[in-house]
Amino acid sequence: MSRILIQNARLLDPASGLDTIGDVAIADGRIVRLGGAIADFTPETTLEASGHWVIPGLIDLAAHLREPGATRKADIGSEARAAAAGGITTLVMPPNTDPVMDSPSVVDWVRHRADAAQGAQVVPLGALTRDLAGETLSGMAAMGAAGCPAMSDGGHPINNSLVLRRALEYASTFALPSLLTPLDRHLAAGCLHEGPTATRLGLPGIPVAAETAGLGRQLAVSRATEARVHFGRLSSAEGIQLLRAALNEQKNLSADVAIHQLFLTDQDAMDYDPRFHLSPPLRDIIDRQALREAVKDGVIKIICSDHQPHDADAKDGPFASTDAGASGVDTLLALILRLVEDEVLSLQNALATVTIAPAQLLGLDSGQLAEGAPADIAVIDPNDPWFCHAETLKSRGLNSPFIGWEFSTRVRHTLVAGRWVHQTTQ
Amino acid sequence: MSVQIDSQGQLRHFLTTEGLEPQLLKRILDTAESFSDVIGKSVKSVPLLRGRTIINLFFESSTRTRTTFELAAKRLSADVLNVGVDTATIKGESLLDMLRNLQAMQADMFVIRHAESGAADYFARHVDPGVAVLNAGDGWHAHPTQAMLDAFTIRRHKGEFEPLRIAIVGDICHSRVARSQIHAFNGLGAGEVRVIAPNTLLPRDIESLGVHVYTDLSAGLRDVDVVIALRLQRERMQGALLAGESEFFRHYGLTEARLQGAHPEAIVMHPGPINRGVEIDSALADGPRSVILDQVTNGIAVRMAVMTMVLGVAPEQAREGA
Repeated sequence: MSRILIQNARLLDPASGLDTIGDVAIADGRIVRLGGAIADFTPETTLEASGHWVIPGLIDLAAHLREPGATRKADIGSEARAAAAGGITTLVMPPNTDPVMDSPSVVDWVRHRADAAQGAQVVPLGALTRDLAGETLSGMAAMGAAGCPAMSDGGHPINNSLVLRRALEYASTFALPSLLTPLDRHLAAGCLHEGPTATRLGLPGIPVAAETAGLGRQLAVSRATEARVHFGRLSSAEGIQLLRAALNEQKNLSADVAIHQLFLTDQDAMDYDPRFHLSPPLRDIIDRQALREAVKDGVIKIICSDHQPHDADAKDGPFASTDAGASGVDTLLALILRLVEDEVLSLQNALATVTIAPAQLLGLDSGQLAEGAPADIAVIDPNDPWFCHAETLKSRGLNSPFIGWEFSTRVRHTLVAGRWVHQTTQ
Repeated sequence: MSVQIDSQGQLRHFLTTEGLEPQLLKRILDTAESFSDVIGKSVKSVPLLRGRTIINLFFESSTRTRTTFELAAKRLSADVLNVGVDTATIKGESLLDMLRNLQAMQADMFVIRHAESGAADYFARHVDPGVAVLNAGDGWHAHPTQAMLDAFTIRRHKGEFEPLRIAIVGDICHSRVARSQIHAFNGLGAGEVRVIAPNTLLPRDIESLGVHVYTDLSAGLRDVDVVIALRLQRERMQGALLAGESEFFRHYGLTEARLQGAHPEAIVMHPGPINRGVEIDSALADGPRSVILDQVTNGIAVRMAVMTMVLGVAPEQAREGA
């Protein structure tokens, strides 16, 4: 494997707090030297990166890649390459594929497809229950051995509380965290946050209670276990309140938020624009503020893209008849850095939400710039503004709610395990 | 949602009564007034839309609304094509494909009813320039010509809107009629708009549309000048929304006795079709307070008004242009 020297960059590592100008030496897929001027290293390739930042490649905790099962929307190859162009080096893929990722064979197949993609690497999550049906436990030990670092309900909450308890206990037996979707599906039969906007538009609403009823039950069940439990895609102030209270007593809990929830509200859907048809729905400005506060004070430590690429037909039509979800890998890093510009988070804390924090949840050794760590790296130009257009999106899903936004930073190079997976010329 | 208004402030589609200027709402009523004379004559047509093609595109069944749109078009001398679309048969064909095919027939206007909120808005954003879209009801969102014919009927019986208290009773949650009425009446300056319903039939934050909310029928009807009963669809009884028709009628059904506290001259309206003995008592629906059949008649004049306005040939607009 090639030996690479990146010179004179601003090195940013949220795990250690490192923020200095210096060099990075890479060999055999790992970072071998870090910081200062590295003289006694013979590279095959040297990258002069003065004025640029070197950060750990992003770990996106929730990215639906649509393969297997829905390759009309996207595929592992297209999305892994799009992610690489966006500075993401690891895509964590939920198990709600078709077939469901509930056995080592599907996991192996996905990993094989991802290896061939030459983009971001893909980390598959195993299904907590067989076929995500919420009835019987999946072969978690085998999937863990096949490379799943955690188990997930894949957006299909386990309705039977006894099955939920057993699933959490069984996963914890193999030190596998369980990623849950805080949702009561009976309350979620709508398409937009229940409130003035949905009422105006005549759309069936999804109340905040759809989240809190699900979360409350899952919190109660998780307390009965010692399991490591993570809640995905919180959307509401009340959900944050429940989580905050639970965190005071339980240390084995965590949660994430989708990046779009920190920038958009239900009012963005005022013209029935299907790009803003999301699940969980965009909520109101008070919820958005509470989510920003939660990210700020560490109640939520992880931010993800909740990438859900769709084909054009799936997003064409009257609002309720379109598919929910937003394409997100192209804009995740740009929006994370927008949080810094908006003074929600410091630069290091913002980067931590998409690097070391998800790495720690999943027990990955990436997500940091450290000697010995995998050379999963993004080199970015902090002063290269660009407009987000459908044509600039690399994902096959053009359903980005951020089309028309201007961003200030651009990803120049991305390395996964010391391999170039994305390069742009100046 | 300014897609229905052009840069000169004229209507180019009619999708919702929300956000319309009071003068525009009044102009619709005034134009309708001028057409109601035509309807009364023995020769009931005018040539304002001669040579124009109007396609009635109904994805939901309708008798009254489709018929009055058709009559309105014919009295304006337009060519009318009725396309009833059985949603089961168009599976696989997207709305956009259907729209393009129909547009290829050189229509000047689509009158659209669809079960999805936002469907008319969607059509308006996708039709060719110069083609108008009239919303004949989209999901729970809007039914603007119904609201305007109701406003027209109220103005004929009660005069100006400022002193009026208007109560809308029944299934507010699933009602496009209620939403359009609320925006239209508030836009026309009504003194007070009330909605009266059990909590299961009130959409969240309905007050934000500018209404006072009542769950008690008698309290809600006190001193009102206009009472509008909404149709309660039978399928609402199936979910956990209501506890049966007889219980609904006992608490929310309109009867002469329940109107005791209302203004003595209060009128009673209903957009039809009526479920007698569910939302309204027959004696009241057929009695002296009822203006339900006026509503149907007025629907023709109001739809004529809107059709001519969106194509820029309303009598007043024609004069301005001359």
